[in-house]
Amino acid sequence: MPKTLFDKIWDAHLVDVQDDGTCLIYIDRHMVHEVTSPQAFEGLRTAGRSVHRPQATLAVADHNVPTTDRSKGIANPESRIQVETLESNVEEFGVPYFKTDDIRQGVVHIVGPEQGFTLPGATIVCGDSHTATHGAFGSLAFGIGTSEVEHVLATQTLLQKPAKNMLVKVTGTLPDHCSAKDVVLAIIGKIGTAGGTGYVIEYAGEAIEALSMEGRMTVCNMTIEGGARAGLIAPDQKTFDYIQGRPMAPKGAAWEQAVEYWKTLHTDDGASFDEVVELDVTNLAPQITWGTSPENVLSIEDNVPNPADEPNAEKKASIERAIGYMDFEAGQAIEGVAINTVFIGSCTNGRIEDFREAAAIAKGRKVADGVRALAVPGSGLVKEQAEEEGLDKIFVEAGFEWREPGCSMCLAMNDDRLSPGDRCASTSNRNFEGRQGKGGRTHLVSPAMAVAAAIKGCLTDVRKLG
Amino acid sequence: MEKFTKLTGVAAPMPIRNIDTDMIIPKQFLKTIKREGLGKNLFDEMRYLDDGSENPEFVLNQDAYRNATIIVAGDNFGCGSSREHAPWALNDFGIKVIISTSFADIFYNNCFKNGMLPIRVDEDTLNKLMDDAERGANATLTVDLVSQTITGPDGGEVKFEIDEFRKHCLLEGLDDIGLTQQKSDKIDDFEAKRKADQPWMYR
Ligand code: SF4
Repeated sequence: MPKTLFDKIWDAHLVDVQDDGTCLIYIDRHMVHEVTSPQAFEGLRTAGRSVHRPQATLAVADHNVPTTDRSKGIANPESRIQVETLESNVEEFGVPYFKTDDIRQGVVHIVGPEQGFTLPGATIVCGDSHTATHGAFGSLAFGIGTSEVEHVLATQTLLQKPAKNMLVKVTGTLPDHCSAKDVVLAIIGKIGTAGGTGYVIEYAGEAIEALSMEGRMTVCNMTIEGGARAGLIAPDQKTFDYIQGRPMAPKGAAWEQAVEYWKTLHTDDGASFDEVVELDVTNLAPQITWGTSPENVLSIEDNVPNPADEPNAEKKASIERAIGYMDFEAGQAIEGVAINTVFIGSCTNGRIEDFREAAAIAKGRKVADGVRALAVPGSGLVKEQAEEEGLDKIFVEAGFEWREPGCSMCLAMNDDRLSPGDRCASTSNRNFEGRQGKGGRTHLVSPAMAVAAAIKGCLTDVRKLG
Repeated sequence: MEKFTKLTGVAAPMPIRNIDTDMIIPKQFLKTIKREGLGKNLFDEMRYLDDGSENPEFVLNQDAYRNATIIVAGDNFGCGSSREHAPWALNDFGIKVIISTSFADIFYNNCFKNGMLPIRVDEDTLNKLMDDAERGANATLTVDLVSQTITGPDGGEVKFEIDEFRKHCLLEGLDDIGLTQQKSDKIDDFEAKRKADQPWMYR
């Protein structure tokens, strides 16, 4: 029977199937960060259990690390304790770890692919919903809770039921000044934040094939924002080229053998999906969120909705609430709304290509008066690469702050955060109430759109900058 | 893990869609290295005013609902981050059951690991239970996992669906890891086969 890519990976990882259909699946790769792991290690310790396969695990601290000079350590005592707890746990349980001053440190979902830890056909989990990012390599990657982190540490497996299959087919050629971020925002706008619940989404079609690995990671990263735990893209030559030579990637004969297997990782002709969604991006305009849920997506030339037009009472109430929080008038234009903060970074848009895209717009221009603009590389290696290419100078000359790597203002667990009433054009993935700081207002956009907003001092159409 | 069999308690209405895990427990409380003690910051930003005092408008600050053990909520409850701090905070506050038309997958899973019961119902049922929950002091529901029923204040009963295995684990308070470790032979066999077939996966 023809199989989908998801079915192939799933079937290859079945350790046991119970009579009621609950499956025990094997986990090849496990990433660990400081926020969602302390209680899991504590659970192991209390029960006297060890880590089943430490070498299948990779730990890094990212959420709490300062993005300013970190040679003096972390000032906030709770943040410091959390990072120190991770450090003592990895030591006690023998888990590989990149220290905060290691150039390989960064956001987990940037570090895994960068090191060749992320491989096609693998099952990859992490106590973090954006684990979906790794699906760009044709690996089945999803976020788990802390109890499940403990389960994976102890057994290298997880109890799961198979997901349903959804195909999101993206056709056409992406217009200038639109990128992977605009594609995924448009998809979420179309399916809604609960649209993918219970599904694994496979992204396919010529517009997906045309994306770089960085772009594919941006798309898969935000899959969770559409409610699906995992996004998948079939590996191709671009995938293999990206992985080859990375420190943890297979080498020599193992490489040849791996590639041969990876080439079988695609959905067979005639395989059926439970749901198919199509999107043509030929006429896509830059996308932006107006509200407090990632499904609140508009084209930059559109207007904020009017709750009066919504017949469903619950939806109407949620539009009213979002408009109130975002301090908008019903039906007003989104373009021209003043912002005072810009954030470029996160596991959605913190890779080298994102900084290239941003620098191309920033070059020779200046950040508007009164706007605070942060550029935060996703990892030490992204930072180093950007500096080799001179991108840091472009940002600094334009008036951006060029920071040390970490999650930073994506969720504001360190000192990088919005104050009440601040409005931010952000390349991150969530615009929830208070996500970037209590009372802060977030508009999710692509790196190019974020820079355009920084320069104009308001939400603006990057295409008009020329 | 704590067992869950039957619960009678006050149900608090939260007719909001997409209640995300940032709303349930904002990130500044994720710096803890413990599971306990998060209840006081449950729904922190909605529950407290800027000066730290209680927001009287918020449902769990109203006398009738202070001791709620059940929440009846709008669609897509628990979306966003994977943080298990969300069910820990609810649990610590005393909420054991959440009823909605849909839940985000990770949140849904996380509840079961903590002896909590998330219940999916259809829209009509939710509307009815939301009405029940809005009755203040009389907003008492009984949730019986064995018979898979919710009984309202007027005695009306609705059935709900739940996965058999999850039900069994909740009723017995089973520890997943312990169960899986009983299958360690199967895990070892799988690993041996995989090492032979896909040696590149082993570093
Ligand atoms: S960058 Fe943001 S979304 Fe990504 S792991 Fe860090 S906090 Fe989570």
